[in-house]
Amino acid sequence: MKYVDEFRNKRHIARLAALIAKEATSDYTFMEVCGGHTASIHRFGIPSLLPPQIRLISGPGCPVCVTAARYIDTLVALASGEGITIALFGDLMRVPGTHQTPGEAKADGGDVRVVLSAYEALELARSNPGRKIIFSAIGFETTAPGTAVTMIQADREGLANFFVLNAHKVMPPAMETILKDGAQIDGFICPGHVAVITGSSAFEFIPQRYGLACVVTGFEPTDILSAVLMLVRQVNSHKPSVEIQYRRAVSVEGNVRAQGYLSEVFEPGEVEWRGLGVIPSGGMQIRDRYRRLDAASAFSVEIPETIHANGCICGDILRGVRRPPDCDLFASACTPDHPEGACMVSDEGSCNTWYKYHSHE
Amino acid sequence: MCLSLPARVIAIEGDMAEVSVGGAVFRAGLQMVDDVAVGDYVLLHAGFAIEKLKEEDALETLRLLKEMDDSLSE
Ligand code: SF4
Repeated sequence: MKYVDEFRNKRHIARLAALIAKEATSDYTFMEVCGGHTASIHRFGIPSLLPPQIRLISGPGCPVCVTAARYIDTLVALASGEGITIALFGDLMRVPGTHQTPGEAKADGGDVRVVLSAYEALELARSNPGRKIIFSAIGFETTAPGTAVTMIQADREGLANFFVLNAHKVMPPAMETILKDGAQIDGFICPGHVAVITGSSAFEFIPQRYGLACVVTGFEPTDILSAVLMLVRQVNSHKPSVEIQYRRAVSVEGNVRAQGYLSEVFEPGEVEWRGLGVIPSGGMQIRDRYRRLDAASAFSVEIPETIHANGCICGDILRGVRRPPDCDLFASACTPDHPEGACMVSDEGSCNTWYKYHSHE
Repeated sequence: MCLSLPARVIAIEGDMAEVSVGGAVFRAGLQMVDDVAVGDYVLLHAGFAIEKLKEEDALETLRLLKEMDDSLSE
């Protein structure tokens, strides 16, 4: 927007930092659960603007990072199928499965293509009637409505060669899992673009049941600093609630239209999160009405037993228990050019972000 | 992939728009948003406009920031 620069105004940033330093009278740990926030926080050098008593830690909010190895293995196995084209988001190309990344499956002759949206995958299906197009549907509430709209469209057109390998995930149950696992935090920087769809109301259970502060915020430096200040104030006043800092995009009720598409196509279901395990209601399951488009029922593949052990501690990092430099492989065996784990692959992954902004300190 | 960016709508045809993010042009499905017009700003995510950005609210946030600055400089 024309005024986007104002959200990066140096004077505002300095004022907010000064207010935070003044009001932060004890120790605070806040978790940002959105990979976009992790990226912004490090890109804009937010930690260096905060007093030492405020710690920001990253949670499980990078969709690529929480994609289970088993899912990648399934994509890789499907890619070698006769007449099959896999359509996926570019970030997934280099995510290690048990034996191969989707990119390696492509190098071995699999037809794997990068798309920017579910809709592009649908267009591939329309223009290649002789091939079966499988769209790799990953992402949270922000991404899933696009998949739903596309599936409704495919169904309406009666396209027989468009399928979805679904691993969509729902964020609030993952936040609850982290709390139940005993995460020591004082509040959440809630995921701004998940909240665009769900509304801030999706996080109400956190102050209510867990007594923790929540602020839904945007991705510019003044957004994030404002959120930290609001969180500090909530903690100081012992009045936890869900506040919206990101009013230009987020409402209490969310995007009702998008929610409608979601509930037309999906129902709550369990799904495996890398690092967190299987979370009941942490996923979205394709309803019977659209089962025809579900690649998991339309194709049967044999996949090797999933093996995790290579020293990667992504799982602990996604739960906020450890940080990237705690990993023995970080910046040595594991780099963005040669990622060992999913957290190093995506631009929103914690390890990737740390590598880019801190590894040379 | 999870990035959502403010994008300006430059053309609309049915359910599809062309939007510009800092000069780069993308296509965006409009199925999730109401009453979008050319010139509006939307949040673009994975090929879809997921919400219209509310200008009044953006300006209000900026006004509060400015007010904070002014009160601290007094
Ligand atoms: S540095 Fe690499 S191996 Fe270590 S946790 Fe991160 S992604 Fe996994």
